[in-house]
Amino acid sequence: MNFDFADQTPKLMMLLWGLIAFAVVVGGLLMLLDAVPAFFARRREARFVAASASGAPPRRRAKPREGLFALFFLLPTVLLLMIGLVVPALRTTLLSFMDGSSQNFVGLDNYRWMFADDAIVRVLLNTLVWVTLVPLAASCMGLLYAVLVDKVRLEAVAKSLIFMPMAISFVGASIIWKFVYAFRSQEQEQIGLLNQIMVSLGGEPRQWLLDSPLNTLLLLVIMVWIQAGFAMVVLSAAIKAIPADIIEAARLDGVSPWQMFRQITLPSIRPALIVVVVTISIATLKVFDIVRTTTNGNYDTSVIANEMYNQAFRYGQNGQGSALAVFLFVLVVPIVIFQIRNIRQQRREA
Amino acid sequence: MTTTTPPVAAGSQATSEQSTRASRVRKRLNTRAASLIAIIIAVVWTIPTFGLLVSSFRPENQIKTSGWWTFFRDPQFTLDNYQDVLFGQSSSSGQLAGYFVNSLVITLPAVLFPLAFAALAAYALAWINFRGRDWVYIGIFALQIVPLQMALVPLLSFFSRGVSLGGVTLMPAWNLDGAQNFAQVWFAHTCFALPFAVYLLHNFVSQLPKDLMEAARVDGATHPKIFRTIVLPLIAPALAAFGIFQFLWVWNDLLVALIFAGGSDVTAPLTVRLAELAGTRGNEWQRLTAGAFVSIVVPLIVFLSLQRYFVRGLLAGSVKG
Repeated sequence: MNFDFADQTPKLMMLLWGLIAFAVVVGGLLMLLDAVPAFFARRREARFVAASASGAPPRRRAKPREGLFALFFLLPTVLLLMIGLVVPALRTTLLSFMDGSSQNFVGLDNYRWMFADDAIVRVLLNTLVWVTLVPLAASCMGLLYAVLVDKVRLEAVAKSLIFMPMAISFVGASIIWKFVYAFRSQEQEQIGLLNQIMVSLGGEPRQWLLDSPLNTLLLLVIMVWIQAGFAMVVLSAAIKAIPADIIEAARLDGVSPWQMFRQITLPSIRPALIVVVVTISIATLKVFDIVRTTTNGNYDTSVIANEMYNQAFRYGQNGQGSALAVFLFVLVVPIVIFQIRNIRQQRREA
Repeated sequence: MTTTTPPVAAGSQATSEQSTRASRVRKRLNTRAASLIAIIIAVVWTIPTFGLLVSSFRPENQIKTSGWWTFFRDPQFTLDNYQDVLFGQSSSSGQLAGYFVNSLVITLPAVLFPLAFAALAAYALAWINFRGRDWVYIGIFALQIVPLQMALVPLLSFFSRGVSLGGVTLMPAWNLDGAQNFAQVWFAHTCFALPFAVYLLHNFVSQLPKDLMEAARVDGATHPKIFRTIVLPLIAPALAAFGIFQFLWVWNDLLVALIFAGGSDVTAPLTVRLAELAGTRGNEWQRLTAGAFVSIVVPLIVFLSLQRYFVRGLLAGSVKG
């Protein structure tokens, strides 16, 4: 064992500082909010007593100032969101119109570059493939599994198996799947499951992650593998929420399982299905870890989020990186508007 | 849930008797096919992880020359991979033990801060009357759609150069080095988590019974008191749900850590180191398999033991809308 605890002390000290800061900030805030109004209340009370003792007509008590409380409750959140999200997002938008060093305005050049450079167009197309296929495949898989295991014995265990990848980091998942796709030349014994299957079916082993466009699809499988569990859990809850009497009535009418699915289950879970598709779409747009860990964006597999990181933090092209980030934002907006409109519609129907 | 089978009218015609029997047989076949498909999916979903786990316990030369499925024919078991990847001395071995500590140090405050701030904000937005309340809520809610990629470049320059507006310094440069860099990561994770946290907790807080709040107000309780003594205990399940959510997100995060923790072994978490190992030494499978499991094991324990709360949180965030 070569693990020196002394090396870890500065880190643990830092953790201690972090926890102390937490206690001071949150505890202090609550105490402040407790003490200050109590102080003013006492003063008001005293003035009230003094006023009534001197025989003056009692003044109406001022209403406690709610706004002040709200301000302090909201202060940390609003402040952090301003510094950490709002101002940076505005600055990124501004930077996207500037050159790599963030000094000179270049107008729309970065956006022109995005759609003119073949490599970047490829990146945009890859992202399009991801965002169309992943939500579709993950939702279908989740729905299929949710229907299949509904009310069977050991349902909880069966669901946990599919749901488990949600707990695994994208990096961990990428390593797991890289191992499945691992390649050994034909003379050697295969160590990757996929190539072993190819060989035992009489085929030749392939370098799965090098062949475009197949490699993009194989990376996409990793995302589907992770997200299907999420889809399954949400859709399963929606299926269980369908009123029992509707199902009973349909069963009395003698519908087949397929008709039951088409005419009862699917319409009832439509709202949940939309939420799932939207959530997975947004997560997929921002996918970065999988591409970086498996191929590092080489062999035509890069996506917007990965390219944004490369441009801004590896090549020092802040302008181009920012333009990609803004484009990512532009892609998210319609998806969210779609969801908001759907929620509104549901509210109106309900 | 028990489903009551519809009572079949006794003494009905033989034909209907026959048709129900036929349908029952068909139904049984259907369920059998369904179970079979379900089992196949479950196996396909589990095998990749299982294969990696088996591999991580095999000796190096075995991992590199034969598939993990041969383990069952020729079982050879070793803990060397874990020993090597956690505590190995050479720079290529992983030295994951230190990174493991980094992950812990990053995760704890990065879960606690947003949890506390979001709970306070959610309470204010749900139960304190003030002007512009709805607008503040909509604003925070809308921030969910800003991808964190939008914030990375400027936030990094805030930390390194500070914020100044027209020559006036609003925030000085942080000038952190070594272990102090953790503060940057905490800050970034806290900011990025807040919109979703406020949204999720607001869903719970606003559903607390109105009578309860009014009774407390009539008794003269102040907002901080109501928050501490009534609201916090009641929304404990929601806090747990978001806590688990945020824990998994922070522990598994790569992007934020890459940018704000840097690649140094003092502050970088497990994910950064693993991604590095996968990139530079992509064929050292004995290290990758063991390393991947080191990084997976903590979230997996958290996840499996607290799955119930996690699912509840997921559903609150997504189904209610």
